[in-house]
Amino acid sequence: MADLVSHPDEVKVVSKRFGMGATNIDRYLELDGYKALQKALGMTPDAVINEVKNSGLRGRGGAGFSTGMKWSFVPKQSTKPKYVLCNGDESEPGTCKDRLIFEHDPHSVIEGAMIAAYAVGAHAAYIYIRGEYRYLSVIMQKALKDLYAKGFAGKNIFGRGYDLEVYWHGGAGAYEVGEESALMESLEGKRGIPRIKPPFPAVVGLWGGPTVINNAETLASVPAIMLGGAEWYANLGTSKNGGTRLFCLSGNLAKCGVYELPMGYNLKKMIYDVGGGIPNGRKLKAVVPGGSSVPVLLPEEIDIAMDFDSVAKAGSMLGSGGLVVLDDTNCIVKFALRTIKFYQHESCGWCIPCREGTDWLKKTLTRFHAGAGVNKDIDNIQYLAENMLGRTFCPLGDAAAMPTIAFVKKFRKEFEDHLNGRPCPYEKEGAAELVAALAH
Amino acid sequence: MVTHYPTKRSALVPTLLYAQDEVGYLSDEAIAEIAARLDLTELDVRNVLSYYSMLTTKPRGKYNVQVCTNIACMLKGGEELLHHCAKKLGIGHKQTTPDGVFTLEEVECIGACSWAPAIQVNYDFHENLTPEKLDQVLDGYKKKGTQ
Repeated sequence: MADLVSHPDEVKVVSKRFGMGATNIDRYLELDGYKALQKALGMTPDAVINEVKNSGLRGRGGAGFSTGMKWSFVPKQSTKPKYVLCNGDESEPGTCKDRLIFEHDPHSVIEGAMIAAYAVGAHAAYIYIRGEYRYLSVIMQKALKDLYAKGFAGKNIFGRGYDLEVYWHGGAGAYEVGEESALMESLEGKRGIPRIKPPFPAVVGLWGGPTVINNAETLASVPAIMLGGAEWYANLGTSKNGGTRLFCLSGNLAKCGVYELPMGYNLKKMIYDVGGGIPNGRKLKAVVPGGSSVPVLLPEEIDIAMDFDSVAKAGSMLGSGGLVVLDDTNCIVKFALRTIKFYQHESCGWCIPCREGTDWLKKTLTRFHAGAGVNKDIDNIQYLAENMLGRTFCPLGDAAAMPTIAFVKKFRKEFEDHLNGRPCPYEKEGAAELVAALAH
Repeated sequence: MVTHYPTKRSALVPTLLYAQDEVGYLSDEAIAEIAARLDLTELDVRNVLSYYSMLTTKPRGKYNVQVCTNIACMLKGGEELLHHCAKKLGIGHKQTTPDGVFTLEEVECIGACSWAPAIQVNYDFHENLTPEKLDQVLDGYKKKGTQ
C-alpha cells in the first residue's frame, strides 16, 4: 500500500524482497526463504547466538543493544517455558519501517523469530502487531497459516526434533506498549503499564518465563545474517554497528520514503542526496534524527555517521531510524509543543514525574506558544524536563524530556521571540485557533 | 484464540477489538459476554479497555476519520487537513455527524510518516493527501455510507 522508493546507495538486506510478492510463501521460498532457519537448526544454539553476536546486529527498535548479547542472557535451564516476542508495536513518531517489512516480507520476521526461538530454547514465539496496522495482521495471519500448511512450524521442524509454535497478537492503540515490559503486560491481557526492572525479561518475562523481545526489523535481519555470515553483515556497517538500517525520511524533504542504507551513512548526504534536499527554495532548520524522542540536531551538526555510537557522540540518538526534517518556515516552539502533546497523551500515568511532567510541559508550552509566556517559563520548561530524566520506571519520561531540553537549549532565541505577549512569529493567521485545537 | 496462550486473559485485547469491529463500540452486553468467556470480572475488562486508545464504549459513526497531526504529518499540513475535515463534516474531535456516517478524531502517529500527511478511515490508510484529495476520499465514503 505504502509507496516504495529507491536510491543507488541503498544496500538491500531487509528490504531485498520488498515489492517482489514475498507475502506468498512459495515466492518467499524461491527467494531463499526458510533456508536460514534450516541452516540454524543444523547448528548448536550457542553457535547461532555467536553468529548473531559477531554480526554486530543491534536492536532496531531504538535502544541499540547487541541482539546476540540479549539472546545470551536467557538462562539455558528454566523451569518455566521460554518465549520469543517480536515487537511490532511500531509507534514512535517519525517511524514507519516495520510496517513495510510486515507488508512486503512477513515471513522474514517469522523466520527471524523462529531462529531466535531455537537459539534460546523457546517453544513459542509471538509476533505482536500494533492495532492500527490491522491490514498487516491479516497479512501475518495468512503467512502463519501458510507456514503451518507447509509443515514448517509445530512439531519436529524440518525433521530436526525441535518443536515451535508461532502466533500473532494484535494491540489496540498505545504507544507505551512499545516498551518491552509494557508489551508483555499487554500480551498478558492487561493495561500496558511497564514492569519494574530488574528482573529483566530475559530472566522473568512473559507469564514469568525467560523472554527475548526483539524489534521486527531486528528479527527480519537475522535470516540474512545466518545465510550471509556474521562477517559479511558486520562489514556492511561501521565498527560495532553491523549491517544496514531502514531509515524513514519524513518532513520537509523532496523525496520522503523508507530507504535501506548501510549503518554509518552520512546524515548530511542522507538529507541532501537520498532525500533530495529541502524543497521550495527553503533552508534546513533542524533534524530529529531518530524518532520524536531524541534531541534535535542543528544544520551545522549533521555531518555525522548515522550509527548508534556516532549519533550519541553528536549529542543525540540513532533511535528508531525515523528522520524528521524541518525547514526554516517552521516554529520550533510549536514543534516542541506537538512533541510533548504526544508524550502527555501516551504517558501511562504510573510514575508521577512522567504523568505530571508531561502535563505541565504541555500546559506551559501551549500558553507560551499562544503568546502568554513569561521569561521564567523558558528556564522552567528546561528545569521541569531535566527533573524527569532518569526518574521514571520506563524510558517514556526520558523520551519526553530529552527532545524538550534540546529544543530549549538549541533554540532559546526562538523561545525568547515568543515573549512579551507576542503571538508566534511564524503563524500568519489562525494561531489562536490552532492552539485551541491542540488544547484538548 | 484462547488456545494460543497459557492464560485465557491474554486473548482479551484482540477479542475486545474484534467485538468492537462487529458493532462499532463495546456495549455493556459485549463487555459482560467477553468477561464471562475469559473468566474475568467486568471491572477487569473495563479497566483494560479504558487504557487502549482504539477501544471505545461509545457508539461512533460508520466511518471513523482519524487525522494524524503528529510531527511528520504536521510539517506536511496535517493540522490543515484536520481543520478541513472539521469544517466539511461540521463536527469536532470525537464527534459524530447527525446522519451517523462520520466520526472525526485527531490521532497520534499512525506510522505513515514518509507518506504524510495521512489519515486512517477505520483501518484504511489514505496518504500523501491534500485538502482536494481528502474531499474525494470523504465524498467516496459519504456515498458508500448513505447508500
